[in-house]
Amino acid sequence: MVQEFDVAVIGGGVVGLAILRRLAMSGLGTVLLERGADILSGASKGNSALLHTGFDAPAGSLELACVQRGAHEYRAIRDRLNLPLVASGAYVVAWDEAQEARLPDLLAEARANGVTDTHLIGGVALRMAEPRLAPGARAALHVPGEAVIDPWSAPLAYGRQALAHGATILSRAEVTGAAEGPGGWTLTTRRGEVRARAVVNAAGLFGDRVEALIRPSPFTIKPRKGQFVVFDVPGHTLVNAILLPVPSERTKGVVLFPTIFGNLAIGPTAEETDEREGATCDRATLEGLRARAVEMVPALAQAGVKTIYAGLRPATEAKHYRVEAVPGRAWITVGGIRSTGLSAALGLAEHVADLYASHIAPLPGQPPEPVWTPVPNLAEARDRPWEQGGEIVCHCERVTRDEIRAALDGPLAAGDLGGLKRRTRAMMGRCQGFNCGAEVRAMAAAAGLPDACGGEGRDGAA
Amino acid sequence: MGQPDVLVIGGGPAGLACATALAKAGMRQVLVAEREAEAGGVPRHAGHWGFGWESHGRLMRGPAYAARLLVEAQAAGVTVATGTTVARIEGPGRVVLHDKTGLHEVVAGRVVLATGAREGTRAERLIGGARHPQIMTTGTLQQMVYLKGMVPFRRPLILGAEWVSYSAILTCRHAGIRPVALLDEGQGGTDAAPRWFAPATRLAFAIPTLRRTSDPVILGRGRVEAVRFTRDGRQEELACDGVIISGRFRPEASLLAGLACPPGVILAGNVTGPLKTAGGAAMAGRGAARQILGDT
Repeated sequence: MVQEFDVAVIGGGVVGLAILRRLAMSGLGTVLLERGADILSGASKGNSALLHTGFDAPAGSLELACVQRGAHEYRAIRDRLNLPLVASGAYVVAWDEAQEARLPDLLAEARANGVTDTHLIGGVALRMAEPRLAPGARAALHVPGEAVIDPWSAPLAYGRQALAHGATILSRAEVTGAAEGPGGWTLTTRRGEVRARAVVNAAGLFGDRVEALIRPSPFTIKPRKGQFVVFDVPGHTLVNAILLPVPSERTKGVVLFPTIFGNLAIGPTAEETDEREGATCDRATLEGLRARAVEMVPALAQAGVKTIYAGLRPATEAKHYRVEAVPGRAWITVGGIRSTGLSAALGLAEHVADLYASHIAPLPGQPPEPVWTPVPNLAEARDRPWEQGGEIVCHCERVTRDEIRAALDGPLAAGDLGGLKRRTRAMMGRCQGFNCGAEVRAMAAAAGLPDACGGEGRDGAA
Repeated sequence: MGQPDVLVIGGGPAGLACATALAKAGMRQVLVAEREAEAGGVPRHAGHWGFGWESHGRLMRGPAYAARLLVEAQAAGVTVATGTTVARIEGPGRVVLHDKTGLHEVVAGRVVLATGAREGTRAERLIGGARHPQIMTTGTLQQMVYLKGMVPFRRPLILGAEWVSYSAILTCRHAGIRPVALLDEGQGGTDAAPRWFAPATRLAFAIPTLRRTSDPVILGRGRVEAVRFTRDGRQEELACDGVIISGRFRPEASLLAGLACPPGVILAGNVTGPLKTAGGAAMAGRGAARQILGDT
């Protein structure tokens, strides 16, 4: 059976899901096609989970506009979707004279970008704010608006809200062909043919390959790997704010940051790689990250490692986002969202809606009443279900049986074991499943997730 | 639960043996808080022989040993509260417990922490490479095999050559799993097995123990396919469909994180000191009981 839609969004990362939400809420018939067994299977599964202000984004760029529009929108809707935010603020810390000399330029850039509450502070004030910081910290740029959010619940909420507005989400639906006819596009997917009047390519790490289905891709994805180490310490006992380095030309550098789950983490590295999936960690790099964290906050020398992970960022040969409505064709390309996708997603969604209206077709005149679909809270700083009782299955992260059941069923249920972890925090604590792994896997296997017991994830439709 | 004379946190061999000894000595209100649905601790899911020698002078299978410890505790009058975990320790004797009905404060005369040990994780060992569901500790594998009847792989590689690594082989054989080899990094093991285990394992099960290996890296796209490692300065690769991360035990002492051991809390069993067998942990539990009885 061929299914027909107004718009097909290719890619179930945070950007694709935000776009799906925006278009579905405007009244369009939408489908999202995801290659993996679950949403967030690519770049969106491993990032640093920060909501940026855009203070250091290139002046006048689309990235800056989308980051600021997106962060504003996130703050506006987060209560209705039950999404957390820790207003930690950030310090760009100068560790030597040369770095200190660059701070005034960064301040000027931040002010020019409209981030006007940014200011310089000296070493004494910095140590008052962050007493555990190593003595070498000389001065800092304080950016109060930088914040910590939940990198997985936010896109999950966008997806669920899209579903509530009639969207369809297909996983394991890699797009292998795109043909343009008089009525629009026919996409060949692993789950059958899908027809749509317009297509949005938000395929992230595979953005250039999807683009090449219809034209020579104007960009090439050059995946950039970032490794992270998460420490087994309560996040806010050692550090209050996000600690950024003075950036280099190529990367924002390695950040020490509290996570929304109550830990302290360091990363990402920036390593060129040919891998587009399955980012791997290596011991030497992880040891380097740990050493860097101890240099910044010496008390971390005693801290254990809770978990390690690596993510891939869909960088291209240029720094800027690759976003355009392809002239004369009902196809919008959203590529090269190399670093700020979580912050910019909702802003990019607005931008895509604008491009759709100006290049493809007017948006429906009467958008439906918004339906709000709050997601379960995973943030440590807010009330969590176990505090009200219930059977705890994952003791390290205090995840209840009801929470795991809910993630295995209902709208946009987990498609693989990783997806279950991202929806609940189960098996993500200091014992990494030593205690609860068998129980969680048994529950997942009973729900039809084959990778819970050696297989590779299930097909999903919602 | 209210105001027990002694609250024992953890219902494994150390906690149960401690509680039993206290109750037998006449202490009336002894409460064991066990977070799992069943008490007994690690032996519960180690279905092979080798348990109980130190404490009972005979060898049993793990589940039988766990059941024995539980029956003894209950016969002595110990209250074992399962599905009950510690939300936090607030001060001397003041503990907030959690069960399915919510949070409850307990004020105990003494608190024994007998939370045991767990294996070091892949993250703690900074083992590089791919992340897949077919990578797990021996403890997880044992629970999958013995408690859930699940078989997550057929030809895994075992990282480590400690006692528990050979226990993993017995677990594997029970489930028809045939490990490819054991890789010994040769340092940092908490519980090195006797040297003769390696030749015996090769002879009995045709599973080699590879010594002097380093820097294991897990390979595979979509699932585990191999492990690459260095041995005697050369890189080697072994095909496998899973990885068992074994050994490097460490105390499960997260309740003490951020606290200096509060006065009145006594540590018993594997939560402290070098790794002990289950029977050794039970003996340590009895020792903790003697300490409490001597104090009061």
